[in-house]
Amino acid sequence: MPEVVVSIGPHHPALKEPVNFKVVIEGEKIVRLELDLSYNHRGVEKAAEQRDFIRVLPLLERVCGICSHAHSTAFAKGIEEIMQLEVPPRAQYIRTIIAELERMHSHLLWLGVAAHVIGFNTLFMWTWRDREAVQDTVEEMSGNRVHYGMNEVGGVRRDLTPAQVTAALERLPNLEERIKKYVDMVNSEETMLIRFRGVGKLSKEEALRYGTVGPTARASGVDYDTRKDDPYLAYADVPWNVVTDTNGDVYGRTRVRIGELWESLKIVRYCLENLPEGPIRVTAPRNAPTGEILSRYEAPRGELAHFIRTNGTDKVERVDIRTPTLANWTSVAICLVNQNLADLPVIVAAIDPCLSCTSRITLLDSQTKKTGVMSFDELIRRNRSRDQGLVRP
Amino acid sequence: MAVPAAGMSQRLVNWARMKSPWITIFNSGACNACDIEIIACLMPRFDIERFGMLVKGSPRHADILIVTGHVTLKQASRLRRVWEQIPEPKYVIAMGACGASGGVFHGLYHMMDCVDRVIPIDVYVAGCPPRPDEIINGVVTCLNLVHEDAAHGGKEWRQKKAVPVTGTDTNICKVVP
Repeated sequence: MPEVVVSIGPHHPALKEPVNFKVVIEGEKIVRLELDLSYNHRGVEKAAEQRDFIRVLPLLERVCGICSHAHSTAFAKGIEEIMQLEVPPRAQYIRTIIAELERMHSHLLWLGVAAHVIGFNTLFMWTWRDREAVQDTVEEMSGNRVHYGMNEVGGVRRDLTPAQVTAALERLPNLEERIKKYVDMVNSEETMLIRFRGVGKLSKEEALRYGTVGPTARASGVDYDTRKDDPYLAYADVPWNVVTDTNGDVYGRTRVRIGELWESLKIVRYCLENLPEGPIRVTAPRNAPTGEILSRYEAPRGELAHFIRTNGTDKVERVDIRTPTLANWTSVAICLVNQNLADLPVIVAAIDPCLSCTSRITLLDSQTKKTGVMSFDELIRRNRSRDQGLVRP
Repeated sequence: MAVPAAGMSQRLVNWARMKSPWITIFNSGACNACDIEIIACLMPRFDIERFGMLVKGSPRHADILIVTGHVTLKQASRLRRVWEQIPEPKYVIAMGACGASGGVFHGLYHMMDCVDRVIPIDVYVAGCPPRPDEIINGVVTCLNLVHEDAAHGGKEWRQKKAVPVTGTDTNICKVVP
């Protein structure tokens, strides 16, 4: 049978974000996948070089609207390490609480979207309703539902009052009950089992070879979680377990994420009950000494790495963001081979793709095939001349 | 200007337009925050469907286009094409600080800085990201616009007129050195 190329995106009903898939199919079976990720490229890394440490955190939060706390914490943590600041334990605990609430909201969101792509809209509505309890807690603590703005270099910006702690603790039993319900559902609900089991299988060897991270790797039996292997914030003090699974398919990834919901809830409860007293921040110096650091953080989608280089000023010389979705894309291309075209949305959704973090471009001279680096002003000049034709009359 | 009274069939169309505005969401390079807040609007808590709204994948089915975020250069022509596919009368809501001015990304090299440079906007919703209740408020504002436009017989009443050209001097935009 001849090969056919199906082009999906950048605007497509099944896609929430702009991405272009070129799926090569033979009959119903997928032969290979070609990706274009650059629709969402904004140039955050370049912009981060222009702003000082106070102004760069709000920018980095907006790398991604779902794991915004992950990005700002990873950056603040790295800069604090370069500056050799001792962040007070209360600040570490508050950061941990927000981080785990963020993981809960992200995993509930993912479960809903995964249910939506298999046409199980009831579960979509349920998880998003339960997610509102998490959103309410976050909003009470930080003042915003999505971009929390809790971090600054040296600590956190807002303290938790006893009333907020009580209100958060009161919401947890209900959530606990709902998560129990989801654990039951994923193991017994026929609609989910049929569509999830055996779909998008990735063996442990493949998971390791293609460098997958986060729930995608853990579902294939790779016991790797930055929170356990390289503890940061308050994770070393909190009792919790890494959730792994041996299935390696979409079913396994669902089980891992639901298991993580449970663990996150435990961590949030422990941190709220054992919140240490004391200050919430230390004053950070304006400039950071020259240095390089790789700051790792377990975002909801996997390991997030910020490589930061400072040069003794109040701005970074370079910040490089390696997001979990970028690491997981290769595994999607591997999983998809020989699968049905109809399973494409659920396999893609299984890694919980976040394209706003992932989009990037490379400067390439089409004649000489050379890649290169350009200054900020040069980039601005080139693109401003290019966008003239796009402006509406 | 006197507007001719709408006939029975036109009144029926106007009523139907008010009661079932279908929306299409276009992510023009946003950070996802606005997108998830719009989806939160559709969920049981905020339940935007009580206004007769339905999210449609195809722009050809839609009345209202919700643009989330600033426009990246690569998405600009796609946004324009999606907007052109929506049948008249069409309305555009720009979400958040990015939709209005580029927000925190203002002035970056791969940005159009605001949606207004690519397609005309009817309603701006402020916030980074706007809360779901603010989004609902924006949508209701847009519905009021639909109502007023129907009463005026079109969108022209609230659009600025072009400067009239007087005499033979057609080159009125000439830059004086």
